[in-house]
Amino acid sequence: MCADTATVQLKAKDFGSDQDVRWCPGCGDYAILSQVKKVLSTLGVSRENTVFVSGIGCSSRFPYYMNTYGFHSIHGRAPAVATGVKVANPELDVWVVTGDGDALSIGGNHFLHAIRRNLNINILLFNNRIYGLTKGQYSPTSPFGKRTKSSPFGSVDYPLYPLSVAIGAEATFVARTIDVNVKHLAYVLERAARHKGISFVEIYQNCNIFNDGSFLYATGKDTKNDTTLYLEDNKPLVFGGDTKKGIRLNGMNPEIVELGGDVTEDDLLFHDEKLAEPSLAYLLSRMHHPEFPEPMGVFRCVERPTYEGMLVQQIDDAKKSDADASLERLFNGGDTWDVK
Amino acid sequence: MVVSTQTKNAGQRQVKVVGLESTIVRFCGDSGDGMQLAGTQLTNTSAIFGNDVSTLPDFPSEIRAPVGTLAGVSGFQLAFGSKKLRTPGDQVDVLVAMNPAALKTNIEDLNADGTLIVNEDAFTGGNLAKAGYENNPLETGELDKYHVFRIPIDKLNTEACKDSGLTGRTVGRCKNFFALGVVYWLYGRPMEPTLDWISAKFGTKPAVAEANTKTLKAGYYYGETTEIFTVQYTVAPAKIEAGRYRKLTGNEAMALGLIAAAKLANKSLFYGTYPITPASDILHELARHKNYDVRTFQAEDEIAAMASVVGAAFAGAFAATGTSGPGLALKSEAIGLGIMTELPMVIINVQRGGPSTGLPTKTEQADLGQAIWGRNGEAPMCVLAPQSPGDCFDIAIEAFRIAVDYMTPVMVLSDGYLANGAEPWKIPDVSSLPKLTATHPQAGNDFHPYQRDAKLARPWAIPGTTGLQHRIGGLEKSDIIGDVCYDPKNHEHMIRTRREKIDKIAESIPPLEVFGETTGELLLLGWGGTYGAITAAVENAQAKGLSVSSAHLRHLDPMPKNTGEVLSRFKKVLIPELNMGQLLMLIRAHFLVDAIGFNKIQGKPFMICEIENKIEEILGNKPR
Repeated sequence: MCADTATVQLKAKDFGSDQDVRWCPGCGDYAILSQVKKVLSTLGVSRENTVFVSGIGCSSRFPYYMNTYGFHSIHGRAPAVATGVKVANPELDVWVVTGDGDALSIGGNHFLHAIRRNLNINILLFNNRIYGLTKGQYSPTSPFGKRTKSSPFGSVDYPLYPLSVAIGAEATFVARTIDVNVKHLAYVLERAARHKGISFVEIYQNCNIFNDGSFLYATGKDTKNDTTLYLEDNKPLVFGGDTKKGIRLNGMNPEIVELGGDVTEDDLLFHDEKLAEPSLAYLLSRMHHPEFPEPMGVFRCVERPTYEGMLVQQIDDAKKSDADASLERLFNGGDTWDVK
Repeated sequence: MVVSTQTKNAGQRQVKVVGLESTIVRFCGDSGDGMQLAGTQLTNTSAIFGNDVSTLPDFPSEIRAPVGTLAGVSGFQLAFGSKKLRTPGDQVDVLVAMNPAALKTNIEDLNADGTLIVNEDAFTGGNLAKAGYENNPLETGELDKYHVFRIPIDKLNTEACKDSGLTGRTVGRCKNFFALGVVYWLYGRPMEPTLDWISAKFGTKPAVAEANTKTLKAGYYYGETTEIFTVQYTVAPAKIEAGRYRKLTGNEAMALGLIAAAKLANKSLFYGTYPITPASDILHELARHKNYDVRTFQAEDEIAAMASVVGAAFAGAFAATGTSGPGLALKSEAIGLGIMTELPMVIINVQRGGPSTGLPTKTEQADLGQAIWGRNGEAPMCVLAPQSPGDCFDIAIEAFRIAVDYMTPVMVLSDGYLANGAEPWKIPDVSSLPKLTATHPQAGNDFHPYQRDAKLARPWAIPGTTGLQHRIGGLEKSDIIGDVCYDPKNHEHMIRTRREKIDKIAESIPPLEVFGETTGELLLLGWGGTYGAITAAVENAQAKGLSVSSAHLRHLDPMPKNTGEVLSRFKKVLIPELNMGQLLMLIRAHFLVDAIGFNKIQGKPFMICEIENKIEEILGNKPR
C-alpha cells in the first residue's frame, strides 16, 4: 500500500488496484472501469475517501479493481450497505456498482428506497439484460420472449426499465449511457459524481458471452444515429443520420417527425433536466427501441436536501439545543428516586 | 405474607390495615381501556414509594380488537414488595377486571381468596355474550370464593367528570384512573406521582387533566368512604441498596446500554432497524437521544437494516440492530457477511413466540438455535443473553466490548418478557462502567486486512484512513492478506480460525457462578429471562432444605470456561427453558451431561411454583 499525499494529482491508473481483472475478454465492464478511474482522477478526489460498494454479479467484482476502499457485499444489498457507510461517515464519496439482476430483481426494494431517500451516493447499474455470473438466465430487463437457458421457449416475464423505476422512486439525478461511447460515458459519470444527492446511471453494457449484441442497434455504425438520441439540456430532441429527425409531442405522446419543410426545431420537445415535475424525464424513459430512438444522457438533475445531510442536521440541532450529552444526564432522565 | 395487622379510622368507620411483605396486582380490560397506563402508574408510584417492583405487561397484538371481545383483552401485572422481587409473581392477589371478557381470560390467575374488583356497569347482555358468558358471573355465585367488589365504574367516572365539558367518549377514557384510584386507596399509595404525571402529560389540555385528576381522586375517596371495603393493605418500602434509582423496561435499558457503549468509546452509535414487535421500543428510545450522536436508520426491511449495520461498521461506527425472530431470519444472510468480513456489530433479538409470525406480543426463548446456527456455512456467532430488564443495560455494553475487542458480530437474546417488563434500576456511577476502546490502524508498512492480533482480531481499518485502502466482502479471504482466495487449505484454516476466535472470547468473561451450594443433588441451569423465576424457585426449595442450586448463563457462545466443571459437581442438572430444549441440546452436546429438560411453550414466562414443583418432583421433596 502506498500513502497518498494531498498535493499529488492522482492519475487514472493510481485508482487501479494490484488485482488482475477477471472479466471475460471483450466484456463491456472494462471500458466502464477505465472511465471511472479516469473520471475520479479528473475530479481530484482522494482514494482513501472513496468507497465502492457492490452486490453480486459480474459487475459487482468492480471494487476489487479499484485502489479505494471497497466492499463486495451480498446479492442486491449494496444500496443498503452503502447507506450504512454514508450515514456513519457522510464525508466519504460512496459509489454503488450493480447490475440489472442485482439492482432490480433480488435488490429491488433496496434500490427503490436508497433512491427515494436521496442519499448523496452514485449508483451505476451495468445493464446487460442477462444473468451473466450464473451463466445466462433471463433478467428483469431481458426483452419479453427472450430465449435463454431458463426460458428455452421464450421468457414470459415483461421487462422493467431501470430509468422509469428510478424516476418513479423520486430520483434526483437520472442518466443513461453506453459502454462503447467512452466520451459520453465519462461525461455522464462526471455529472453523476458532481450531483449532490442520489445519482442513478444506467449503463448499457454488452455481455459478449451470454447476450452478445443486445445493444448492437444502439452501437452499430449504420444504426446508432437512428436508434439513439443524445440529450442536451434546454435543446430540442433531435437525432438521425442522413435525415435529421426530432421528437414532437402529440397530445401526451411523443412522435417522430422529420425536420425540414413545415417542421422546425422550435416545434420539437425541448429537454429540461431541471423540471421539478418528473413527467418529461419519465416520458423520455419510456422511449424504447425499435419504436423510438433511446435517449442517452442526463434525463433529470434536480436539487433536494440529502438524507444524510438532514440526519446530521437533526443531530447538530439536538446537540445545540441540548448541549449536556453526558451519560450522567442520560441515566438520570425520567422519574428517579433515592434510596437512603 | 402478612407482616402486621392493625385498625384505623377511615372516614366514619374503622378498617383493618394489613401489612404485606409483597403483593401482586393485575389490571385487565379492553385494549383501549388504558390498562397498561394504569399499571405503569401503580408501578412508578410504588417504585418511588420505595418498594421493589417487577412488571409483566400482557397485551394482544391487535391494537384495537373489537371492543369487549376475548381477543381484545389487555393486561398489566405488577408485583411490589418490601423484599427483593425476582418476578412479577405467579398468582394475583388483586384483579381489576373492566369487562366480562377481561374477567373470563384472567380469573384463573386470581388467588383463591383474592380480591376481585369489577366494573359492574360493563356486565351487560352484549358484553357478557361477547365474552361467552350465558349468565352473568356476578350473579351465578361462581365468584364466591373471591372477595368481589362490584363497582359501577362507568357511572362513577362519568359523575366525577360531569363538569369537564369533555365528550362522553373522552370521559370514558378516564375510567382507568378511577380504577387506579380505588387500588391506590386499597394499598394506601400516595396519589402525587400520578397527579404530577397528569399535569405534565395534559398540561396543554387542562380539561382532560382535570377530568383525570377528579376521577383518580373519586376512585380513591370511593375506597375511603364506601363501606364495602373493610380491609386496607400496606406494603413497606424495601430494604434495597442505597442509591438513586429509576424504573426501566428491558428495551429502555438496552437502548441506554447501546448509547453508553458508544459514548464510552467516544464513537457515534448507528442503529439500523426495521420496526417489529417487541423490539421497536429500543428504536423509539434511541431516536429521542440524537444529542448523543445517535444515528437511527429506519430501513425499508430487515435485510436492509442488517446490511446497513454492516456498512456502518465498515465505516467505523458502533453499529447495532434490533429485531425479533422473523426479522432475524431475514437478517441471517447479512449477518453471515458480518461474520465473513469480521466487523464489530451488535444484533439484538427480542425473542417472541414463533415459528413464523407466531405470537408477536408473547415471550419465548426459542431462537437460541437460530442465534447459534442460523446461517449458511460455518458461521460462528458470539451469543449473549440478559437475565433481567436492568441487565439489558450491562449486556449491551458487554456485547459491544466483545464485538470491538474481537472484531466480530455479537448477538444478544432478549425476550418479550424482559423487553416490556420493568424493574428499578440503580443508576450506575459512570466511572464504574467498563472501559471500551476502539482502535483504528493508521498507515504503516505492515497493514494487512486479515492480519490478526493475539485475540485473533483483525485490524479495524476504516475508510478515510490514508494509505489503508482495501477491499473486503463475502467471498473467502486469504489468511493475513485478505485477497479473494479459493485455496482448500486456506478455507479450512479460515473456518477454524473464525471459530477459534469466538472460543477465545471465553478468556475475557467471568466464570459461571453458582447460587447456593457449589455441589449437591440438583443444579438448575438457565439462560435469559427465566433468571428471576428460576432463582426464586431455587431459593424457596433451598428454604425447604432441598439440595438444589442454580446457575445462569449470560454468555451462551462461548460459555464460561468452568461451565462443564460446574455441571459435573451436581448429580442431576435441570434446564428450564421457554422452548423445546435448545440449551438442553447444547449442554448435552458440549458436555455429555444427561441433563433433564423442563419446557414451557405457552407464550408466558415460568411461574415460580411451576419450577418449584419440578424441583420437588425430581428430588422427591426430600430435605437433605
